[in-house]
Amino acid sequence: MSADFIVITTAILVAVPCALLGTLLVLRQMAMIGDAISHAVLPGIVFAFFISESLGALTSLIGAAVFGLLCAVLIEALKNTGRVKEDSSIGIVFTALFALGVFLISRFAGSVHLDLQHVLYGEIAFSPLNSLIIGGVNLGPISFWTLGVVTVIAVSFVLLFYKELKIATFDAGLAAAVGLSPVLVHYLLMGAVSITVVGAFDSVGAILVVAFLIAPAATAYLLTEQLWRMMALAVALGTLSAVSGYYFAAFLDVSISGMMATMTGFLFILALLFSPSHGLAAAFSRRRENRRIFSRDLLLSRIGTLGEKTTEEELARSLGWERRKISRSLDEALRGGFIVRPSSGEVAATRKGRDAARERAGSLA
Amino acid sequence: MRQVEMGNRSGRNLEALPDEMPLEVSGLTVAYRDKPVLWDITFEVPEGQLVAIVGPNGAGKTTLLKAVMGMIEPAAGRALVYGMPFEKARHLVGYVPQRGSVDWDFPTSALDVVQMGLYGKLGWFRRPGRKEREKAMECLEQVGIASFADRQISQLSGGQQQRVFLARALAQDANLYLTDEPFAAVDYKTERAIVELLRELKSQGKTVVVVHHDLGTVPEYFDRVVILNKNLVAEGPVGKVFNKENLSEAYGGNVSYLAGS
Repeated sequence: MSADFIVITTAILVAVPCALLGTLLVLRQMAMIGDAISHAVLPGIVFAFFISESLGALTSLIGAAVFGLLCAVLIEALKNTGRVKEDSSIGIVFTALFALGVFLISRFAGSVHLDLQHVLYGEIAFSPLNSLIIGGVNLGPISFWTLGVVTVIAVSFVLLFYKELKIATFDAGLAAAVGLSPVLVHYLLMGAVSITVVGAFDSVGAILVVAFLIAPAATAYLLTEQLWRMMALAVALGTLSAVSGYYFAAFLDVSISGMMATMTGFLFILALLFSPSHGLAAAFSRRRENRRIFSRDLLLSRIGTLGEKTTEEELARSLGWERRKISRSLDEALRGGFIVRPSSGEVAATRKGRDAARERAGSLA
Repeated sequence: MRQVEMGNRSGRNLEALPDEMPLEVSGLTVAYRDKPVLWDITFEVPEGQLVAIVGPNGAGKTTLLKAVMGMIEPAAGRALVYGMPFEKARHLVGYVPQRGSVDWDFPTSALDVVQMGLYGKLGWFRRPGRKEREKAMECLEQVGIASFADRQISQLSGGQQQRVFLARALAQDANLYLTDEPFAAVDYKTERAIVELLRELKSQGKTVVVVHHDLGTVPEYFDRVVILNKNLVAEGPVGKVFNKENLSEAYGGNVSYLAGS
């Protein structure tokens, strides 16, 4: 296996589960909870470390899940005291749990082979160096195994609970009324997110994992109007960010995980600007088009009130428009066949023009 | 047990219902911490009636529905649905939450939302299939917006969104409907369509409870009324209890609508 292949595959195994679960976080307006959990799992990993002595993948997944859930429960509990708002509650809980992890690592640095730099930023470039060797047999990179398990868990969770996740996210009240407990669904999702971020820790670190959780999902949200499509698209965008990020990083000789996260942001900006349905460019040109048609109709109906025929000066005076705006609107209307200009300065509406004016007037009622 | 003939379209013509009131609320008290939201509410809803729950803002109308459905733990008292606690009777109840309680930008279609009404009967893990799709389509037809089935829900007007919610309740194929402000901010045409729908449900022997804010239409639309203001002010047939005295007690004397005038 080439190192390129191992790093790219590892990154894809991070991107896929993150994109799937991130879609749900984005729709539930819980992006910051994803951020919180990605940090709060740290003490779980450290405790798992104490227990299993080596970085046993299974124990750290369980440890992470426990602390991820604990984080979600504490955020909810603190919010429910009514003394703190949700954002403060998130900020307090996850930093406290993360700090606990940092404290544990530094206090027991001798027995815990975790380094903080690694926890924060990850080092995906090392993934080819760590192989799973059982009984002398090399079973391939460890990252394939841990992230493979994580991906299988996330994918089966979403497939298995698709209907429940959908109803609990869209309408928690109805979900509760028909007996599909939204609370249970919430904590299952929190558990799945915890397991996923812990798997992603090694590769992209606690900070950049948030990019993979949120950005592809937020990008997909701008591009589609169906839940399963949004999930599929988020997965595709996450994968694209991972692959393109790797090659850009190699080309520019920069941090691989950093470049991958940059790509998620770059794709988001592209979608924000150019999405055909939700993009800013489309909205801008739609607004401009509407304004243009509005001016044209206003002009046409004023021609109607001023009589069959009128002049450019007369129109300018009556509408109170600048010379430039008048001549631009007249040119456009002429090109569209809404008016005729028999001689210089004179303006008359065609049948098409009178129809357009009437239609606009009718739309007011 | 007695046999009640149900005129619904799902093919279930006979359904065994316990010989109990669709809804029986007794001594229900709900508080947020030590602040009471509902105080000692007792009333019954007889079968086959259209019932309005009215009261000023903050009177506890939505809370009452939520407490009935077990979403809020009452401090005291209880609500029984067909003589059973809600958990045992949820398949008999259809719920229409306030339109504003969900995110209409959610990536889903009108047909999808209506299918959610069938999720309860499917239970955990079972996926909706062709049968559910057809049933949902039927319900959209019933509320007159089948042509919008594939529209993303944010592209529907307020009235159409409300109809989607009602279609979803129809899909639940319930005996007791609990609806929260279905008439809020809908156009006249939708309002008439909803009234027709409620009357049809009534003619099928179903019971409908509506949290309502437009006092002016209460006598025309409803058989019974529950007048709330944290306390139960009055409840009973509209002709008996929907009067100026009870309303000014509930609304604090500022009722521009004079009942029975």
